[in-house]
Amino acid sequence: MAELKLPVSEKSVRDLEVGDFLELSGRMITGRDAAHKWLMEEYREEVAPFLKDTVIYHCGPVVNQKDDGSWEFIAAGPTTSIREEPYQADVIARYGLRGVIGKGGMAGRTLAGLGNSGAVYLHAIGGAAQVLARAIPRVEKVFMLDEFGVPEALWVIEVDRFPVVVTMDSHGGSLHDTIENGSKTKFDELLGRKG
Amino acid sequence: MFEQVDLKETFTELVRRASTDLPGEVVDAIRAGRNVEEDGSLAQKALDTILTNIVMADESSAPLCQDTGTPVVWIKYPVGVSTRRLEADFTEAVRRATKLKYLRPNAVDTLTGRNTGNGTGRAIPSIHFEEWDGPGLEVKMILKGGGSENVGAQYKLPDTGLEAGRDLEGVRRVVLDAVVQAQGKGCAPGVLAICIGGDRVSSFEHSKEQLLRSLGDTNPNPELAELEKRLMAEANELGIGPMGFGGKTTVLGVKIGVLDRLPACYFVTVTYMCWADRRAIVQIDEEGGLTWLS
Repeated sequence: MAELKLPVSEKSVRDLEVGDFLELSGRMITGRDAAHKWLMEEYREEVAPFLKDTVIYHCGPVVNQKDDGSWEFIAAGPTTSIREEPYQADVIARYGLRGVIGKGGMAGRTLAGLGNSGAVYLHAIGGAAQVLARAIPRVEKVFMLDEFGVPEALWVIEVDRFPVVVTMDSHGGSLHDTIENGSKTKFDELLGRKG
Repeated sequence: MFEQVDLKETFTELVRRASTDLPGEVVDAIRAGRNVEEDGSLAQKALDTILTNIVMADESSAPLCQDTGTPVVWIKYPVGVSTRRLEADFTEAVRRATKLKYLRPNAVDTLTGRNTGNGTGRAIPSIHFEEWDGPGLEVKMILKGGGSENVGAQYKLPDTGLEAGRDLEGVRRVVLDAVVQAQGKGCAPGVLAICIGGDRVSSFEHSKEQLLRSLGDTNPNPELAELEKRLMAEANELGIGPMGFGGKTTVLGVKIGVLDRLPACYFVTVTYMCWADRRAIVQIDEEGGLTWLS
């Protein structure tokens, strides 16, 4: 399994292909439904440095605040990414993101955006909230906690060997398209229909 | 009645068990899936990670999945027990479990977008009551995640596009369609909980109730038992696999229930449950004795 350090260059990301296993280390940020809408409403200068050349993780964690006021993630798997399809390509282009982590894959607009901007879609294992929380040793900062609540806030986190698989790359490759097409062919066969 | 038992504490423990400890037969089904996937495949790696996660959650008493879902609860109670009190106690248990981080604050005001912060809200938890002849209480709950809830579907037969008529062959066709539409987005491998018949509301409710059945049970109706088996085999031929990575393990189980219907209506409702098929049961006898089941 290859290690990928964050922040990461466009060139390194363009070298990645569908099927690559990666372990991510470095700084990333979480953001899901409310965050994506908010990031596109206007340019969020205060958050922009935390998005540049790193990845956004579609995740609504369970978080504990310790006695000293610091935060820790105690369950932190990915949420379904397709809900961010209307925003994702624009968020990537506007803030210079190099990737997205989520589950379930995304559609054509995002796939085109990955090619245009030089970014990848990284699939984490859905529901593996304990395995993934343990790869997040530190929570650095949080944006919009009061407004969005714990699951929807933007958490700046440090990850250590966070496991993901490239399922959409910057060359137009999508494992999700391949699997969906194969399943539809089989479905037609099971229903006795011609494809 | 039930003064000897602290119901709020008992319900909090029920929530903890559901959120952190998967029923044994679900773990067995995931392990069986893992063993039929090709060595070194993405599918096998995904299931290995899931199996590791299950052990970690149980050992550290922490949520299996950060989306701790909607607590959906079925309570059977004897004559004379106040359902308002039971509802208040269960709702308080959800608040406590949220504070203890067994649950994520998971209720959002739909109009303002603000998280209520305590895990409860309008229709959260969702509690169903049934008076019975027994002397004790039986409380069954599932935690129903949102990602899998989004890929659930309700069909009305006939469905011309799928050439699905008002018979079990029609049911088969639309259920397979639901699996294809879901792909990996509901955190496959999932459990298909199905209701045939009912109205739009009762059909969804009854489909969710199928999740209280053990994965290994056999449907008492032989025709439905046959259909459950066939759908399981065919869904696993679709090649969607764990997380939609491709592979042989797309569903872990298929459970079908039936309600009667109006002449005009023939609904088929598919509730999709993620691999984190969380369920917990407690029986409370009149002396306050507790029996924990899953």
